Amino acid sequence: MHRKSHIALSMALAMLMAFMVHSRPAPAAPGLTPSTETTSEVTPETTSEVTPETTSKVTPGNRVSDEVMTRKAARTESGPFAENLLADESNRSEAASRTLIVGERGGFARIADALSAASDGDTIRMEAGTYREHELLVDRQVTILGIGRPVIDVEHKGEGIRITADKVHVEGLEIRNVPTSHSRDHAAIRFERASGGKVIDNILDDTFFGIYLARAHDMVISDNRLRAYHTRESVSANGIHLWNSNRALIADNEIIGHRDGIYLEYVQESSITGNHVEKNIRYGLHFMFSDDCVYRDNRFENNGAGVAVMYSRRVMMKHNLFVNNWGASSYGLLLKEITDSEIFENEFSGNTIGIRSEGSDRVKKHRNSFHRNGWAIRIMASSMDNLITENNFIDNAFDVSTNSRRHSRNNFEANYWDKYSGYDLNGDGFGDVPHRPVRLFSLIVERNPMALMLLRSIFVQILDLTERVMPTITPETLVDEKPLMRKVAI
Amino acid sequence: MILKILKYQLRDVFRSRWIIAYVLFFLVLTDVLFRFGGDGLRVATSMMNIILIVIPLASIILGAFYLYNAREYIELLLCHPVKRHQLFWGMFLGLALPLVAAFAGGVMLPYFYNAASAEAWKSALMLVFTGSMLTVIFVALAYYLALRFDDRIKGLGLALVICLFFTIIYDGLILFVIYMFSSYPLEKPVLVLSLLNPIDLGRILLLLQFDISALMGLTGAVFREFFGTPLGMGISVASLLAWLAVPITAGFRRFLVKDF
Repeated sequence: MHRKSHIALSMALAMLMAFMVHSRPAPAAPGLTPSTETTSEVTPETTSEVTPETTSKVTPGNRVSDEVMTRKAARTESGPFAENLLADESNRSEAASRTLIVGERGGFARIADALSAASDGDTIRMEAGTYREHELLVDRQVTILGIGRPVIDVEHKGEGIRITADKVHVEGLEIRNVPTSHSRDHAAIRFERASGGKVIDNILDDTFFGIYLARAHDMVISDNRLRAYHTRESVSANGIHLWNSNRALIADNEIIGHRDGIYLEYVQESSITGNHVEKNIRYGLHFMFSDDCVYRDNRFENNGAGVAVMYSRRVMMKHNLFVNNWGASSYGLLLKEITDSEIFENEFSGNTIGIRSEGSDRVKKHRNSFHRNGWAIRIMASSMDNLITENNFIDNAFDVSTNSRRHSRNNFEANYWDKYSGYDLNGDGFGDVPHRPVRLFSLIVERNPMALMLLRSIFVQILDLTERVMPTITPETLVDEKPLMRKVAI
Repeated sequence: MILKILKYQLRDVFRSRWIIAYVLFFLVLTDVLFRFGGDGLRVATSMMNIILIVIPLASIILGAFYLYNAREYIELLLCHPVKRHQLFWGMFLGLALPLVAAFAGGVMLPYFYNAASAEAWKSALMLVFTGSMLTVIFVALAYYLALRFDDRIKGLGLALVICLFFTIIYDGLILFVIYMFSSYPLEKPVLVLSLLNPIDLGRILLLLQFDISALMGLTGAVFREFFGTPLGMGISVASLLAWLAVPITAGFRRFLVKDF
């Protein structure tokens, strides 16, 4: 249901943007007029070779950027993105963009040669084949386009591609065998102080770091598939690593087997959507000091310790799936020092702990479903003023656990609890008897983890039953005053 | 001779209706859980709780009752040239075997016709193993009690108390110990404590089979490490066997010299 409205919304946005392009001149856009007629064609050594595609009026670079534009328009969420999109697209249509071909059948034999021959605005077309090259330096604004998925085999010799120019576009490549290093952060694709670039539809296989952004703003990373095969944390690195890079869009990537699937540090106003993050050794998504970010429609499955969101403000987490993050010290989502955020319509199922909340204030958790977790929510006394409402709690071993007996300064209201045994006489949909989601045993366990060995013993069941009949020990204030009688339809 | 007595016993047990009720109880329960719960793994998890309550209780009560009721029969047979030890084993197996068979059959049948996965089968077999061990252990305890106390009220009362002790009070004591010594590393002492109670041991063995053990955090990890090794497995099986051997030897020796 929500997906449909999402598409409609993005279409409207795209139309709005098209209108903006026509109606007012974009800021800082000297070459907005598309003078693509003057396309020239450059091949190395011999100038006679002309391939049919490249003589056409529209250069591949422009065609791709159109695609990217629609893609980006379809995903763009907020105002800031729209503006950068305009500035971005206008600069791309340079007056004289050339196409350089790399491949066995003609053109450059090596990518490095093509890169040094290129100038700003050029397109480098890589034909299918395997290129055994490494440490490719991209220091001018080019588009690198793989045709038929060419492979760059780094052969464990160092970095893959290192990009230091703005607005570089990398698409359709496969990069393999980037070695583990304990002293250098080898990455398949690295952007360093290079903004506005795009990394689209690449396959990164057996790499150390996958895509590494340092001080690279306004980046688009989408539809890439990243795969690593390490088993230990110390010798593996992050799939998509962002440091000090703002306004990134990370969409529809698949990241498997890295240390952290996606790692963000000091990243503002970014959007992470539609990624599939699985079997990473540490966290699926790990982010620190990253304010105003949006995570939506991602799937985090089977990662070592789930997703960790730390020290950030105004984070929006929406429509994500946290599945099977199961293990002795694992959780679906860890919130540590998160404030003023929202967790909306996510699904947590089969995690040891659904959400663990530490020192996180003013987080609104609503319309999520918690299904078959060990603990659905483990909320520490250091968390305040959280609102937990309209969630479904079904089949969890413990619904809510907390480490404080006396105070709960969080508001649980109108949730559906499958363990609720009250009734609804007036038929308003809310139970007439308040529900206390914290079981006595979960309090005992919180103080004395050893007591977990009594899990599922009859003694504990009797204990819980007595507490439910005569609540004396469980926190008085942690009560859902009007529990829902029926599941929230999400 | 044992076989002859056993045969007679079996016929007697199967003729009485309670064993059928016992089979049906497990059969219906497992079947219903399959119908509502779905896959075999979850059924096994739910069955675990029931088995840990029902089997010790049923075995010890049925065992004590059975022996008290068979008093005249035993006296009659002892007038004949039947060796006492043969009679004892015949009597013991004659009750323990049908109980185990009834339980195992009742639980496993729904797994057959629901075509459970291999993994579910593994947990079901573990369930059946634990349940069978508990059955035999508590029948042995019951026999000892019935032979020790001629007064059947006393014997049955004690049987109930013992059952209650192991299912509930013992865990309370463990919790008490955990609270009292919470500032000490308790993994190993608690591990030993759990080895001393067949029901706890059964519960932990089962929990470790199911992925729910991840909930147990560090404790679970310690337990898993211990029970995962051949040594740990050996010790836990040895503990169960000791629980079987001690009451049965005591009962056997009492039976040999008892003046009926």
